[in-house]
Order: sequence, then structure tokens, then C-alpha cells
Amino acid sequence: MKSAVIVFPGSNCDRDAAVALQAVTGQSPAMVWHKEAGLPDGLDLVVVPGGFSYGDYLRCGAMAGNSPIIGALKAHAERGGYVLGICNGFQILCETGLLPGALMRNASLHFVCKPQDLKPESANTAFTSAYDGREAVSIPIAHHDGNYFADEATLDTLEGEGRVAFRYLGNPNGSARDIAGILSENDRVLGMMPHPERAMGDHEGGSDGRGVFESLVGAI
Amino acid sequence: MTLETDILAHLRAEQGQADGAEHGINAEEWERLTSRLGRAPNLVELGVYSVMWSEHCSYKSSRRHLSKFPTKNEHVIQGPGENAGVIDIGDGQAAIFKMESHNHPSYIEPYQGAATGVGGILRDVFTMGARPIALVNALRFGDPSHPKTRSLVAGVVAGIGGYGNCVGVPTVAGETQFDKGYNGNILVNAMAVGLADQDKIFYARGATPGNPIFYVGSKTGRDGIHGATMASAEFSEGDEEKRPTVQVGDPFTEKLLIEACLELMATDAIQAIQDMGAAGLTSSSVEMADKGGVGIEMDLDKVPQREEDMTAYEIMLSESQERMLMVLRPGKEDVAKAIFAKYDLDAEVIGMTTDTGHMVLKQFGEVVCDIPVAPLAEDAPNYDRPWVEPKPRKPLDSASIPEPEDYGEVLLKLMSSPDMASKRWIWEQYDRHVMGDTIDSSQSMGDAAIVRIHGTNKALAICSDCNPHYVAADPYEGGKATVAEAYRNLSAVGARPIAITDNLNFGNPERPEVMGQIVRAIEGMAEGCRALDFPVVSGNVSLYNETDGVGIPPTPVVGGVGLIEDVSKIATLKGAQPGDALILIGETKGHLGASLYAREILGLEGDALGPPPPVDLETEKRNANFVRSLIEQGLVNAVHDVSDGGIACAVAEMALGSDLAVVLDADELWPYSEKRLPFSQILFEESAGRTLVSTPRSNVPIIGKSARDKGVALSCMTSVADVNPSIGEVSEKGEGSKFGYEDITIVSEDIAVSLRLPLARLREAHEGWLPQYMSSVA
Repeated sequence: MKSAVIVFPGSNCDRDAAVALQAVTGQSPAMVWHKEAGLPDGLDLVVVPGGFSYGDYLRCGAMAGNSPIIGALKAHAERGGYVLGICNGFQILCETGLLPGALMRNASLHFVCKPQDLKPESANTAFTSAYDGREAVSIPIAHHDGNYFADEATLDTLEGEGRVAFRYLGNPNGSARDIAGILSENDRVLGMMPHPERAMGDHEGGSDGRGVFESLVGAI
Repeated sequence: MTLETDILAHLRAEQGQADGAEHGINAEEWERLTSRLGRAPNLVELGVYSVMWSEHCSYKSSRRHLSKFPTKNEHVIQGPGENAGVIDIGDGQAAIFKMESHNHPSYIEPYQGAATGVGGILRDVFTMGARPIALVNALRFGDPSHPKTRSLVAGVVAGIGGYGNCVGVPTVAGETQFDKGYNGNILVNAMAVGLADQDKIFYARGATPGNPIFYVGSKTGRDGIHGATMASAEFSEGDEEKRPTVQVGDPFTEKLLIEACLELMATDAIQAIQDMGAAGLTSSSVEMADKGGVGIEMDLDKVPQREEDMTAYEIMLSESQERMLMVLRPGKEDVAKAIFAKYDLDAEVIGMTTDTGHMVLKQFGEVVCDIPVAPLAEDAPNYDRPWVEPKPRKPLDSASIPEPEDYGEVLLKLMSSPDMASKRWIWEQYDRHVMGDTIDSSQSMGDAAIVRIHGTNKALAICSDCNPHYVAADPYEGGKATVAEAYRNLSAVGARPIAITDNLNFGNPERPEVMGQIVRAIEGMAEGCRALDFPVVSGNVSLYNETDGVGIPPTPVVGGVGLIEDVSKIATLKGAQPGDALILIGETKGHLGASLYAREILGLEGDALGPPPPVDLETEKRNANFVRSLIEQGLVNAVHDVSDGGIACAVAEMALGSDLAVVLDADELWPYSEKRLPFSQILFEESAGRTLVSTPRSNVPIIGKSARDKGVALSCMTSVADVNPSIGEVSEKGEGSKFGYEDITIVSEDIAVSLRLPLARLREAHEGWLPQYMSSVA
């Protein structure tokens, strides 16, 4: 699997994503600085990592969503390439329009970092097949703005089309319909607030995050 | 032109002794200054002297006593004197760490004060070439009922999280305590730990003449002017007006600065480097010049400036954050500028090192400061302040201590007291997992955090400790106890303790009784460091933590770092298994003096609390080594140090951490060959050197034999051949039907059911206190 991780100023989970990809695929991803106009050829997967791109100034993900590299990211997605946006990456994908909705400040108004139980809604996606038969998985969260919002019609569409990938078991941030992660129309773009790259085993976060990467290896 | 002329006239005006006094320079220091200089200083020069000679920068009250600390062992690469301490952790790698206070600013403006404290300590670490891998914070607030406490907690926690989370370094350990002694002066001590290759460590020393001085990072503004001087004075009512001297942090810029500096450090461009912390451009340039034995000449017009019409005085004294100063090797300006351009950071050559030994500053093409460098650093005042021996306290009269009616209620009250209650509300606001190497973060009750050394099978253990009640009761023994607890905590997770950083927080050193606390606490800590081969490699002193003449409890905080060679051989308090036996290592001697029980249950205060438990450092070392060997041999499932609240609280914490109920046989707890003590003086007393381990029953004989061979006391055991030598048994959390299986139960022949406390009720009280407190309206 050929992959890349985009690095924005203020990204801080880029290395973690690279380590996770290396661990599961055996191949190091290309690390692509946001000022680049293009992505390497022949990519299967682009990861938009977590962190605080541009310090979360203006609005989480808003400035990163207008970076030079975003054009190439959109082109990759339009070609049907896989995209995984984690935490700040999810926020950025919403800002670019690759995913619907927005992530607002947590209902508690506090940053929250903890292990979080999730329900994988379907094992029939390229990101979740490894969770087949799992009612609940635990993947850590760490965010200040993870409160997913979309209008009712959009939420109904997401649910109707089976595009809710993960739901919180015990909503930590006020997200509409307990949504923790959603898919694009073609199921090739996943945005999720929890951090699977922090749950790769031998870590306080556990090992349930491996499934996301193992699923992708299976699909690609 | 008129403006420039006016500014220059203002800057170059000769200053008198009264101006010196306004800058915190006393009469004696003024005499010293003018005689060294051979004339009166101008305004810029006075400003430079005043910050370099402030308590914060010069350690003028503590320097002669700090030299009592041992600072070397076989692992120490760099001890105190640089930006941070450096220790050898094998395989060509080094751990670089330091703790530093941001007490005064955090009281005035809690969010920015705490945030910039985190930013500052991170810079101390990455300045030396280390990638920061862990943050720790040690917080002390006033009484929960004090009207300011709640908002200070909220602001400080938000500030620490806001900075650390954004910059992407996990906050893995910490401690939070409350006491009315901090009502007017909270303590915010932040520690950072970094990782570097031993052949890529950077120092402030090493600059040679004729090289470019390179300024990088944020632009300079008017924020934080005279912060170091503020941190060297007492507060009085109305000091909120000092708010403009608190700096504003920008973690986003700090993150870029980390990446850019580490990228530049991978080249050979840097000769010397110093972050701009307290006293900003002044202290960073003087430190590098002094340590390199060179002069410096800087053109302040070239300093990137955020505001208009800044004077040389303001530029030199600004404490704007996220700035670094370096001396580059010749011809490396372009390499350096290209890297900082990638990250959109300011980077300018602002001067040159010289061979004059002078600090020469120019603004608008004119010299506004010309003073010799050496007196600024080396001739700074070094006081031998008068001090008095702290008065020993009378021991508690144990015969007069009443026994409680319900031990379960006592345990519940202790575990939900402000100091013992879960700090989850705080640490869930900190990113503990970024960087992917957090094996265990220790905020909730754990002894030390465990952070893997990236890409290896090794880990660092990191802890922070201080019991100010012990230090207040007896500064010498309390100092020893602080170091010993850090040693014990690192050992309790399986680490070999290597070295410490310290953060010495005290009141006004000009008062002999406070100076007595400082001197004796340092001597006690030094004794602990020597005996345990646990040297001090870096640190910080925060004095004048005093408001309207009332000082804080003496609070010398220790940040400990240890090494775990094999990350599969660790223990935490979370691993107890159903059916395990509990063994107490160390002796229980009935010390309730200065204990949590004496404060919370007996309601004692001040001298009536009595002396702290004495620390026998040889026993401490033997017991800690024994615990570590048990972990290395894989003989134990869970380990927890016994400290505040004694055995009962340690057992309760292990039960909560492992989610298992416990049955303790109290009759096994009596110190053998001693007269029977009242129950409370066994369960809640705080004798030093004790650790609780949970182990499969089958391991009990081998542990007993090993303890006997090594001369380690298992206070519960009458003989290693005893068929039932354990003090308790960890019971499976059952279906709720069987007696005791969801409770913490203590049984005894004397008292049928002395203590029976449902685990769920304990958890609710323990977890509930802080969130309820924070959400209630003042």
C-alpha cells in the first residue's frame, strides 16, 4: 500500500500516523509538507493527521483547508483514492467539503482526552472490515472541538446511506446522533475524531485502533 | 527624527540610586554596580543589571546553598548551569529535563501564566537539541473555600492544556494539592523531558568571537517587561495591576519553533544557543557571552518588532514568548534562514560576537549600552542571608488520639479530601497520548508515568513529588522525604532512578525563619540525593512566594527520572488480579505526625500536627531496590507506594485502579514484636519506605525468602514459612451476592467488621469531589 501523510504547520500526530502505517503495512508513508502543490503519484491512501493545524486559529481546520496541498488532496479523492482524516484531519476534511457537516466546541467546553468506547456501525467498509463481529471497540479521543453537527437532512442522508462509520457509546462531546466518524458518498473518505493511531498496542490507548489500518490493507 | 532623538536622550540619561531602587536594586547592590562600572549606568544599562541581578536570574539568596546538592553520578552528562540537565540513558541517547516555576504570573493571569510556563520549560529542553517527549505539572492552590481558588484552578488547567495539547507533547504526570497556605500565592511548576542523541546536544557555552548572533521565532513586543523582577518580589493587594507584565503564549509558534530548531540542529550551523526566557534578550545574550567568554554587539533596530517605537530598554527587557537566540558558525546564515522561512518564522542576524568582553547595544545607529559582560553574570550578588534553625515540633501524643467510630467513613473522607480526590477533571483536559509512546500516564494515583523511548524497548519513568506538610513540619526530614518519595515512586514502576530536577518554592528569603526552611530543606534533600545516588541535574528557585507578609508552606518539588531497560517489565497500581496476595514491604511504625489523617480527621493545624515520619535512607534504598527486583522478575501484578493516608489509602487506590475489592486481615498488620497500636495508627499512619505489592499466592514464599535474604522487612510476616503471610487478599469483583466481594473490608479478631466500604461508593466519592467543586457556584 502506497500512502502519504500531509503535514500542516501545527500538525502533531503526523509522526504517530506514519508509525502506525509503517507498523501495519511495512512501508513508510511519504510525508508531504502543506506547501507542496502535488502528492506523489500512485497513492492508495492519504492520511490527514491530527493536531492543531495553524494553531486552530480562526476555526479548527479552516486555514489548513485552504492550503496549497488541498487541491491535490481533492483530486486524489475524486479519483477514488482513500483518505483518512483523524481528529484535526476530520475537521479539515469538513472544511474542504470532502465530508459534510462541521465540528463544534465540545458541549462541556473542555478539552477531553480519554479512552472512548465506539460502535463500528458496519463492517462493510474499507476502514472497518477488521471490526466484523465487534459490538464495541475502545479508541482514545483527544479534542476540544469534536461536537459533530450537520442539519437534520444531512444526518438523515448519512444514516440512510450507511455512512456513519463509528458512533460513540457514551457521547463525550455532544455530537449529533453520537456520531464519531463518517464516510464520503463513495465510502472512500473517512473522517473520525478518535485516534486509531494511538491504539496500536503497547500503549495506554490499547490496541483496537489497528483495525482501521488492517482494514485498509485488506481493501487495498 | 525628533522621536528618535527623544528616545535616545531618554535611554542615555544617567540614572541615580533612586532609579536603581525602582528597579529592585538595593543600596548595597547600587554601590557594587557603580563601582564595577566606574560610573553611573544609563537607563538601558540599569535595566540590564536589574534583571541579571534579580533573584530570578542570579539566585543571589540561594546560590551558596544550592552548591550543597550532589550533581554527578555515572549517568550525568550535564548538571546544573545549562538550560537543562542531561543524563545518559544508554545506546548513545540522552534524556534532558528540567522543572521550572511560573507561580507569580499564574496567580495574576492564570491561563497565560500557566501556558507560558509550559512554553518556557519546553524551550529549555529543545534548546539543548532534545525533542520534548513528556510534560509534568505540579500545582498547588489555596483552600477550596477561598473565593479565588476555583477560577485559578480553571484558568491554570486550561492554560496548561491549551499550550501542551497544541504543541503536541503529552502531559503524563502531575500532582495537585490544596492548602490555605497558598491562598495568596499558587504554585505552578512545569517539567519537561526531552530525548536527544548524545552527540547532538547543544549548549549555551561555546561561542567564539566574530560570529553572527541569530534571532529566531516570534517578534518582540512589549509584553512581559520586567517579569523576572516581578517574580523576585512579594505580592501585595492590588497586584492584579501587574497583569501587563504577564506574557502571552502562542503554542502554535512554539510547535513551529521546535520543528525548525531541531531541523537546524541536524546541520552543523549552531555554535551556541539559548532560549529567551526570563529577562528575554538580555539574559540569553549575556548567558551566551559570559559562558563563551566573548563580547557581543547587537543592533536592536534589526530585532523583529511587533509594536512601533519600541525603545532599546523595552526590546532588551521584553519577555515576549517563543524566541531563541543562537550564535551561528560563519557562513551558515543562509542555511539557517531557509529553514526558518519554511516555517514562516522570523529569523534575523542582529549582531556579532566580539573579543571585547563588552555588551554593546545600538539603536538608531547610536550606542545605548556599553558594559562589561562578566560582572553581569559572575559578580552578581551572592548573599549569605541570616537564617534560624527551624523549631522542632513536639511529637503527637498518641495516647490522646481518639479512635474513630467508623473506619469506613474515615477512609471515605480521606479518599475524597481535596488532596486525595481523583484529579480526573484536570488530567482529562490534557492530551496524554500524543506521540504514541505513553505506556502509562500517572495522573490518577499512579506512582510514575512510563513513556517509551521512541522506537526502542526501553522507557523513561517520570514523577513529581513533594509533601509540603512534611517540609513545614521539619524542613530537613521533609527534604529527605521528598527525594526519597521520588526514588520510591520510580522504583515502584520498575525503573532505576537516575537523577532529579528540583523546583524550590519558598517565601521571602529576607526573613530568617524562611531562610532557615530553605537552608535545611536543601540540606535534607542533598542528604537524600547523596544516600540514594540520585543527583540534582537542573532546577529552579522561586522565592518571595508571599503576600502581605504571609509566606507559602515550604514546597521543594522534585521531578524524578528513571530508566526502564525492558518495557515489558513494569508494574502499575492497576494490575492486581483476583486471588492475589497483598504484601506490605517496609515497616509500619505508627507515625501520624504531619499526616493526612491528622489534618483531615483529627483537624490539627500548624505545630499541633507534629513532626513528619523520619526517613531512613538506607532502608529506603534497600526496600526500593527490592521492589524493583520483584518487578524485574515478574513476581508481582501491581505495585503502589504507601504515602498520604497510609496503608488504607494505598490499598483503596490499588483497589480502584484494578477495579477489585479487597479483604484485609488487620491482625496481620500489627507491627510484630511491638506493642499493639490503636487501629487508626496502623491503617492511616505514614511511615516512610513502604510499598504495597499484589502477587499471585504461589509467589509469596519466594518473595518472603528473598526479603529475608536481603534484610527487607515485610511487616506483615511472622515467618517466611508461614502458610498465610499475606496481609490481605484481592477478591474478585463478584456478582454482588457474596459477602464482602464488592467491598473494601478489613477484618480483625478484635473488631468483627472494622471497615466495610463498598467499592462503588468509594469510587463515587473519590471521583466526585473535584467535578462537583468545579461546577458549583462560588
